[in-house]
Amino acid sequence: MFKILKKSELAPSIYLMEVEAPRVAHAAQPGQFLIVIVDEKGERIPLTICDYDAAKGTVTIFIQAIGASTMRIAALNEGDGFADFVGPLGQPSELIHYSPERLAATKFMFVAGGLGAAPVYPQVKWLAERGVQADVIIGAKNESLILFEDEFRALTPNVHIATDDGSKGYKGLVTNLLKELVVEQGNRYDCVVAIGPMIMMKFVALTTKELGIPTIASLNTLMVDGTGMCGACRVTVGGKTRFACVEGPEFDAHQVDFDEAMRRQGMYRTIEERRRAAEAERVAGHKCNIGL
Amino acid sequence: MANKIPRVPVREQDPKVRATNFEEVCYGYNLEEASLEATRCLGCKKPRCVEACPVSVKIPDFIHCIVEGDVAAAARVIAQDSLLPSVCGRVCPQETQCEGACILGVKGEPVAIGKLERFVGDWGREQGVALAEAAPHNGHKVAVVGSGPAGLACAADLAKIGYGVTVFEVLHRAGGVLQYGIPEFRLPKERVVGPEIENVRRLGVKIETDVVVGRTVTVDQLMDEEGFEAVFIGSGAGLPRFMGIPGENLNGVVSANEFLTRTNLMHAYDRQYDTPIYTGGRVVVVGGGNVAMDAVRTAKRLGAEASIVYRRSETELPARREEVHHAKEEGIDFRMLTNPAEILGDERGWVKGIRCVRMELGEPDASGRRSPVEIPGSEFEIPCDVVIMALGTSPNPLIAATTPGLETNRRGCVEATDEGATTREGVFAGGDAVTGAATVILAMGAGRRAAAAIDAYIRSKN
Repeated sequence: MFKILKKSELAPSIYLMEVEAPRVAHAAQPGQFLIVIVDEKGERIPLTICDYDAAKGTVTIFIQAIGASTMRIAALNEGDGFADFVGPLGQPSELIHYSPERLAATKFMFVAGGLGAAPVYPQVKWLAERGVQADVIIGAKNESLILFEDEFRALTPNVHIATDDGSKGYKGLVTNLLKELVVEQGNRYDCVVAIGPMIMMKFVALTTKELGIPTIASLNTLMVDGTGMCGACRVTVGGKTRFACVEGPEFDAHQVDFDEAMRRQGMYRTIEERRRAAEAERVAGHKCNIGL
Repeated sequence: MANKIPRVPVREQDPKVRATNFEEVCYGYNLEEASLEATRCLGCKKPRCVEACPVSVKIPDFIHCIVEGDVAAAARVIAQDSLLPSVCGRVCPQETQCEGACILGVKGEPVAIGKLERFVGDWGREQGVALAEAAPHNGHKVAVVGSGPAGLACAADLAKIGYGVTVFEVLHRAGGVLQYGIPEFRLPKERVVGPEIENVRRLGVKIETDVVVGRTVTVDQLMDEEGFEAVFIGSGAGLPRFMGIPGENLNGVVSANEFLTRTNLMHAYDRQYDTPIYTGGRVVVVGGGNVAMDAVRTAKRLGAEASIVYRRSETELPARREEVHHAKEEGIDFRMLTNPAEILGDERGWVKGIRCVRMELGEPDASGRRSPVEIPGSEFEIPCDVVIMALGTSPNPLIAATTPGLETNRRGCVEATDEGATTREGVFAGGDAVTGAATVILAMGAGRRAAAAIDAYIRSKN
């Protein structure tokens, strides 16, 4: 059992958990993810790694209660544990391979949407530990869903907030804020890292392509084993099929076929749900984006 | 003198009934049937069956014990060479190994060695027969990567002679392909796989699940930081192949690995588990091996109309005869000499069919099998909702990529001698990781040979 040492509710139905997992904590690097299983009957759920402490042997994750297994996870308390906690999985972020000179010369902008704050945090922290202050945009529907603002502010002075309803910071989409920062305020970014819902990453990629800024996205695809065995995580990048679990999760966002990736994410929605979605689409005349 | 009776038939679940459940197909022999079948063995002085067995089970000896009425002794005879008799009795291709070599098979039916082995394994387990014992700990530690047949066989042999063995398994349950690949209806997990793995644990072998060697910990770290003097790599061949045809990333196209892992390891057929699975109404499985048969029969049991599409003819099907026979009995539709050219999708990106080409057999290729050639202008469509690709698997490159000095060949297989020595000192390998996808018993044989080589290596160092 992998014991939960600390649990707190960050926002409605979104929890932070610090879990005892010495092997994972020892090996984790920015950009990697892990898989948890709540109990014997649970699914294997891929989650991003929010923080890790090799000395303490702990790993911090975010979890949102949305499905059967994640609801059971959310119901766990401090002292309870996960049946399984596997990782780290995937390739570390490319930036950890940069030379100190290149790091110092690169201006990073991280765009974190919703739970994307979790995988962005270790990258910004890793940079801060090396004296590199990255810019961060945290995007959320409203103020109550902004995650980890204080933690980011402790690492870098340039933290921007965007909310859909304007309850905090910039009112509007992260893409518009990004554009404003670059075009109107004249900020220069050499690399954008966008992590959040697929739809957000798609539009960040479109925006940065226009702006001519190289961009990386971290793909939260479906997975079973997370080690290259099942191929559920297939994505098309630059016209080639890649496995997000072993070759990713981070890819050149300008090369990713996001429409296919979004469609594939919905593969195991039940037939009933698909029918309902199709019906809603027909009635409302809008494109349904459940699960995006 | 051996009895000249015909081979004792084995009882099976009715095909119509079993096509709707996940209970085991074959019931196996009872004591009476096994005792009768055992009397057919001639007890050859130079037993060809033993030579044909990759782990050299002393077949005439254990069969003789059954004839004598001492099944516990039979169990102990098998345990000298195999700790997985209930598994091997079920999934070994006996027709090309022990039974294929049986002298009775020349003129009639060979002795049902597989069914007898299964009986002994099951009986021994149910009666709690104490099998092998481990020697006192010799102070040396060996790490085994992968808890499939190769790793378990290697671990058991090393533990028996006193090594401290830890097996690292990437998934959350031990067993490798026995757990995620082979379906419940051929190999029951709780009743058979679990207890046989428990027998390996009872020898003192530690199994640590949820460890991704190459990510969670590297081979170098195991040797330099955790004190393992040798490492055996039995990580199998888990990487699925796809065809590279248009439409392969449509929703509804899955690898056999994904489909089988969801049902076997993750119990998708059991509503108590959270695992989702999608079969739609019509499932097409592309391929003709044992994995293809497992996938198509699983799809059938989940309620689909299930077909096999294979580019050669029935004679070339690489699956075991028994599996093809069982599949046909269960109502699987076989479409031979048919090759997919494109997977067709609807406007929402879901599979709606496969465009196929009819094939004919041409000249034999390098493997000796006649190679299929397209018949021009023969394209046609098969409507379906799900396509399962069962085209074979190759070894996962993760361990080789993270272990300096460990060479692989161009097929991604770890380079190793027959005894399991790799290009890296102290690192041994065997099973599918070395050969590419093969059988449970060949992997066990490789694991055992590597165990002997590891013992010799560690002795030479001390």
